[in-house]
Amino acid sequence: MLRSRWTHTLLVAATGLALASCGASDAPRTKGGPIVTNRLTEGQYRQSIADIFGADIRVLGSFEPEVRASGLLAIGSAAGTITPSGFEQYEGRARAIAEQVVDEKHRQATVACQPSSPDKADPVCATQFIGKFGRLLFRHPLAPSELQNWVGAAGDAATASHSFYTGLKFALAGMLTSPKFLFRQETVEPVSGSQTRRLDAFSIATRLSFFLWNTTPDDELLTAAANGELHSKRGLARQVDRMLASSRMEAGVRAFFSDFLEFDAFDTFVKDPIIYPKFTQRVADDAKEQTLRTITDLLIERHGDYRDLFTTRHTFMTRTLGMVYDVPVTSAKGWEPFEFSHDDPREGLLSQVSFVALHAHPGRSSPTLRGKAVRELLLCQHVPAPPANVNFTVVQDTSNPQYKTARARVTAHRTDAICAGCHKIMDPIGLALENFDGLGQLRTQENGVDIDASGELDGVAFKDAAGLGTALHDNPAVSTCLVDSVYRYAAGRAANRDETEWVRWLNERFVANGYRLPELLRAVATSEALFSIAPDVGPKP
Amino acid sequence: MSIKHDRRSVLRGAVQGAAVTVALPFLDCFLNENGTALASTGAPLPVRFGTWFWGLGITPERWIPTKIGKDYDLPVELKYIEPFKDQINVLSGFDVKIGAKTNIPHQTGLFGALAGECPLAYNETDLPTIDVLISDAIGKDSRFRSLELSATGNVKDSYSRRGRGIINPSEVSPVAFYTRVFGPEFQDPNSADFRPSPEVMLRKSVLSAVKEDRDDLAKSLGSADRARLDEYFTSLRQLEGQLQMELERPPPAEACSIPPKPSEVTVGYEIDQVIKNHQLLTKLLAMALACNQTKVFNMIYSNSASEVRLAGSAVTHHIYTHEEPINAELGYQVQATWFVERSMEAWADFVRILASVREGDGTLLDNSLVFAHSDTSFAKSHSVFGIPIMLAGKAGGRVRTGLHLNGNSEPVTRVGLTLQQIMGLKVDSWGGDGMPTSRPITEILA
Repeated sequence: MLRSRWTHTLLVAATGLALASCGASDAPRTKGGPIVTNRLTEGQYRQSIADIFGADIRVLGSFEPEVRASGLLAIGSAAGTITPSGFEQYEGRARAIAEQVVDEKHRQATVACQPSSPDKADPVCATQFIGKFGRLLFRHPLAPSELQNWVGAAGDAATASHSFYTGLKFALAGMLTSPKFLFRQETVEPVSGSQTRRLDAFSIATRLSFFLWNTTPDDELLTAAANGELHSKRGLARQVDRMLASSRMEAGVRAFFSDFLEFDAFDTFVKDPIIYPKFTQRVADDAKEQTLRTITDLLIERHGDYRDLFTTRHTFMTRTLGMVYDVPVTSAKGWEPFEFSHDDPREGLLSQVSFVALHAHPGRSSPTLRGKAVRELLLCQHVPAPPANVNFTVVQDTSNPQYKTARARVTAHRTDAICAGCHKIMDPIGLALENFDGLGQLRTQENGVDIDASGELDGVAFKDAAGLGTALHDNPAVSTCLVDSVYRYAAGRAANRDETEWVRWLNERFVANGYRLPELLRAVATSEALFSIAPDVGPKP
Repeated sequence: MSIKHDRRSVLRGAVQGAAVTVALPFLDCFLNENGTALASTGAPLPVRFGTWFWGLGITPERWIPTKIGKDYDLPVELKYIEPFKDQINVLSGFDVKIGAKTNIPHQTGLFGALAGECPLAYNETDLPTIDVLISDAIGKDSRFRSLELSATGNVKDSYSRRGRGIINPSEVSPVAFYTRVFGPEFQDPNSADFRPSPEVMLRKSVLSAVKEDRDDLAKSLGSADRARLDEYFTSLRQLEGQLQMELERPPPAEACSIPPKPSEVTVGYEIDQVIKNHQLLTKLLAMALACNQTKVFNMIYSNSASEVRLAGSAVTHHIYTHEEPINAELGYQVQATWFVERSMEAWADFVRILASVREGDGTLLDNSLVFAHSDTSFAKSHSVFGIPIMLAGKAGGRVRTGLHLNGNSEPVTRVGLTLQQIMGLKVDSWGGDGMPTSRPITEILA
């Protein structure tokens, strides 16, 4: 413990030096990207409502399915729209939220002014309410015409219903249904005395806030935008530092890793309860939470090295998970810290239930799916789809007496030359995780035969899951994949061709800083690249 | 500015209108006019279009009838449709043409048949699916432009797409589906007691304020984003139309009776869950159609690359199709074909439920056109040659049924073109690269 503290201090000192020695001006220039119009994800919608109106406001109904593009939902959301059935859901949800916001329980806190009469329109009080919440919902101060529109809507509804609060409710429901809330609209402005264009300050605030917090900008950030602070390097850095120090950052980091690790697959995650009697929805929920806790604890709380996620023995447990891991858990309810002992084969994220169970079949493990996930999610490498006409007969016929283990089955399959090319980059990774069954429970045998968990990753051989963790820890692609993904996530788009040098620079800096996530987030959030707009985008000056 | 005036006048007019329409004598008069009109003159009933999808195709030698034309034979996997054979056309031998593209397993066949173009990569389909084209043409004046359902419990199991990344999500829970259609906002077309809801008027009015945001947004967007915004406003107008309909007395629908509220069921990919959920959703859908709530629907029985499995089994239908050896004696995959037969049984159940609703001189099925298809023919090799297709219903007399047609390797887009023309779309050619056609299948036209 002492030693790790000491190392930590050293690294922080090194980080300080690195920051001092390479100012943002060293960063390779980029041409800038397009403006991006992301549809709020379900997580962003929920978090925005909680932050603006309070965590006890219930958010009901189903959301439009999110689509992954270039590996991230954050990029897919830049192409998402709202379908008729989706709109119906948004409108109904908006009314349910608005109803709660102005009900008798909440209006004390949400409606700061008293209407002249509760039975009729009051444009003065309505203007206060709409001005305040409109700015947070639309992420810019309302223009006079916008204010007039919504105050007018509140007034009309108040008059028709003989209720001031019903008027507010309908106006708020309308604002929550508006594309100005549901889409993150960006505006480009000319830079005076220059041919270049930039994002306006509120668009910068919005990109920052959804990147670092996964929610709408707060009052202070919007004020900084209005004051022009975000256009100065120092002002931007001050806000980014504030945001990184905020308690909201954890939600931002969770959102990134949920996207990066494809945790949306938990929405439809299921195991066969006959084959895995210990599986319940609770196991699924806790498995996801366990990994997110492990990540935020290591990367934020302890300011650790990203690569250690693949070797750490430190995690958190609930009693429900303890049943699956077959370890004792003291607390009857809630979470407790947990350390796997050194003779336990569990080490790192790959041996957690969230990974081995998510990348498996409902009733059995899958070395191929696990290997594919390591390649695609953690190393950002593309594994081609299988050819259409493949004979899989031998692969997973678990009853074939000749092939009792997954290793024997996939090896037989790999004798087929068409399949061998791809399988040899997936299976040797996944086979190292064969000591974990389809639910992630520890096993030493399959069909009465001892499991051989040896494998290989890019020329590094290992004998078990822990060895795979170490190989991954030391694989340079683990770092470049994270850096590339963080940048693409922040920008909401794939990196441009001319950004290769910039992303490489970002990675060098990440390595030099000891693979610390907060430093990476800071470097991206204060970069020119993130906010640059290509010359041919937006209105001509 | 003008819109704001519109909104106020709409709201005032609507509120005043409500005061008038709740007066009983007026209501009676209204009812008589419309209520008897349908019965005495036999005004035409709406024609509905739908898709019905099952994953992982068929075993060709056990499914494709040998006889062409009328009185076709029913091989073992097809025998379940026997009671409805004269109301179903079986289409074999229509191919998805891959051309220079790669066969993307479980996607190429599906979208080739449904969108008339093969995807470039997984989930990369740009053309709208046929149900969207048809709902654009006929769906605007019904409460729901279309209704999407999946028996698998997964909202993402939906193949109704307007373009890349634009997926119309599926309803998967009978309770949620019931509430959406028959919940508090449902206007019973046969109720004598009609009262426009003040809440609905206010909702409609506030949508006009939302529309004011359009110009602000549009001016800063590129063309792709502007198209997405257009899509948003199309959806908004659809809801406006729905609300407007709720403010007017609906015309009576003689076949409409409000179904009982279903109880919660566990949904998922276990086959017993899928079969049960499919039946519950179908019964509700039949009444949603009979009550004129929509004219277009999409039903997923099992997903593409079906994950349906028996409880307690580690092996899904998909895994069976690839890994189960072809039984040397029997000549087919015993387990995989069992799942194919369950799919056909469910399809027959679907047709039975639509045919059981009496409407006009015939049934709901007679006034519908249902396009059933899969993602492959023989799933073991992901074959997209001879995508299995069935068409059920006479589309209000526009279609001849009871035939087996063999496409002889003609492009599957001929089917999609024919369906659009039957549904009244003014389209004379259809299909993306490799499969464009201007030749409808005239044999099935009445």
